[in-house]
Amino acid sequence: MSLLELKNVSKIYGELHALDNVNLKVEKGEWVSIMGPSGSGKSTMMNIIGCMDKPTKGEVLLDGVDIAKESKKNLTTIRRDKIGLIFQQFHLVNYLTALENVMLAQYYHSMPDEKEALEALERVGLKDRAKHLPSQLSGGEQQRVCVARALINYPEIVLADEPTGNLDEANEEIVVDLFHKLHDEGTTLIVVTHDPEVAEVAQRMVVLRSGKIAKEKVNDHFTGKIRFE
Amino acid sequence: MFLRMIRGTLFRQWKKMLMIAFTIALGASLATAMLSVMLDVGDKVNQELKTYGANITVVPKSASVLNNLYDMEGDSSGAYLREDELGKIKTIFWAFNIVDYAPFVNVKSELDDGSKVTVVGSWFNHHMDLPTGEALDAGVASMRSWWEIKEGEWLDESKTGEDADAAMVGTVLAEQQGLHAGDTLHVKGEAGERSLKIVGIYDAGSDEDEQIYAPLNTAQALAGIDGCVDSIEVSALTTPENELAERARRDGPSSLTVAQYEKWYCTAYASSICWQIQEAITDCVASPVRQVADSEGAILEKTQLLMILITILSLIGAALGICNLVTASVMERSSEIGLMKAIGAQNGAVSLLVLTEIFITAIFGGVIGFFAGWGFAQIIGHTVFGSAITMRGMVIPIVAVLVVLVTLIGSIPAIRMLLRLRPAEVLHGR
Repeated sequence: MSLLELKNVSKIYGELHALDNVNLKVEKGEWVSIMGPSGSGKSTMMNIIGCMDKPTKGEVLLDGVDIAKESKKNLTTIRRDKIGLIFQQFHLVNYLTALENVMLAQYYHSMPDEKEALEALERVGLKDRAKHLPSQLSGGEQQRVCVARALINYPEIVLADEPTGNLDEANEEIVVDLFHKLHDEGTTLIVVTHDPEVAEVAQRMVVLRSGKIAKEKVNDHFTGKIRFE
Repeated sequence: MFLRMIRGTLFRQWKKMLMIAFTIALGASLATAMLSVMLDVGDKVNQELKTYGANITVVPKSASVLNNLYDMEGDSSGAYLREDELGKIKTIFWAFNIVDYAPFVNVKSELDDGSKVTVVGSWFNHHMDLPTGEALDAGVASMRSWWEIKEGEWLDESKTGEDADAAMVGTVLAEQQGLHAGDTLHVKGEAGERSLKIVGIYDAGSDEDEQIYAPLNTAQALAGIDGCVDSIEVSALTTPENELAERARRDGPSSLTVAQYEKWYCTAYASSICWQIQEAITDCVASPVRQVADSEGAILEKTQLLMILITILSLIGAALGICNLVTASVMERSSEIGLMKAIGAQNGAVSLLVLTEIFITAIFGGVIGFFAGWGFAQIIGHTVFGSAITMRGMVIPIVAVLVVLVTLIGSIPAIRMLLRLRPAEVLHGR
């Protein structure tokens, strides 16, 4: 059984079909990138997979449970327990330190554990920046805090929406390296991006166009490392 | 973590929180001031209204019957009250509420030129040492405080003595007779005659301007009724009449149940004070001067209504202010709240966080508002009534409940917005 399966999923806003009869399977431990131009349905798909929205039609099976039929409250619980979210805009709480931002995810999940949160920051190379506020961190550092926060509750899927969209090349490489490390540790990664270089380092690339899957490409030379030309 | 977030918000948004606290403080201060004044205004208005004269008249029972039958006001028709019982008025259950009273004797007299005139005998500033240990200076000097002294001065019993042949004359009579302060007026009553030295000319603005006011004993001597008085006017602090008091007055206290009777008797209604005066003075009928009693009630009700309206309006204003500020705060923090929801916060947890922040601010604002309101109340008390407003203990819980209600009501739109907020929309800017 696949970890995630989308069966004939459509999301319709009035006349607009943001997603149109999409079928997709993601296996446990797989690294999938979803690519496409603006308005292709990438964010809609991410919202549905991330339990932040429901499809108009179709089934979304996460660990065999159809999340399309769950209540808002249950979706929040599923999101909390199974999904780690990484955003393009980082979305860190600006009055909490890097450490407290990581602990925030623990707080809403179970119990804040400072030691564990510090370890998560160490994994992303930010242990020494734990007491800094987001405003005192660079963009790349903020995104790494975001990654640490996404990982702190050991989610089954890490869902990253344009994770390198606001980063320079150096930080982009650091974040992609982090994803590679996570993938090696067995984390399932779904990365939504419009950057071909980031998309192509994944094991499998899904290209969306006008709400439909236009192309799927398996990376025969998968290394998980970004190759800048 | 919860406390860290609360602390973070309070310090980070201190300007907004200060505005919310200020709005709450404003509402709480007005509510405190109005409630304090409202709860104390009854006594204050009563005190003010005492300057408009007596609110209870006491007449002999038989005179009262005749008055009722033939509308013969002011005619005692040979029935009198006993002067030696006057002190008993200050021994009734509501003695403390009797602020002033004076006996009256009306004597039909004749001047030297043959013109008829009424000599009214009364106390002016009669000093009494009461059995309770209190001292009271009672009489027309305080009960006719609106009289304007045109010439001379008030008759002072402490200087002239009760039996002194002194008098005060109304302006109309003084003009007719060409009298001035210091003149002597010869008056012939039914049983005697006296030469009275005029110590003052007063303007009452009523029929009293055609009369002569003399010490009680002087009038009694003219009428030949030593130890007797025609009537007593009493000025008492009363509670506005309600349905119970109205029923007791209309149907008599015997129509009340034991519990109702006790409540009526132990409340300072004009009717219950009258009843107690009747118990103290032999063969008398005490009745409230309806005009004064009614206007007391009406003024009090209107004043209290006005204050309730001001309180309600100020609280509505505060609720609207809180509503705007909290909604603006939630909108400003929508991405933060969206993030909390995205990482697993349920609506209840986020609402609790926002409400806790607002309530901490509300407590801060409420406490400041309470003390400011107490200050406002004192300013109102000294400006309007010339005395301090007594802070009643019940104001504190009432203001606390009002602050909680106003804060809750003001937060409703923000909480509704917060509950509707979808993380996908705010985190992706859609």
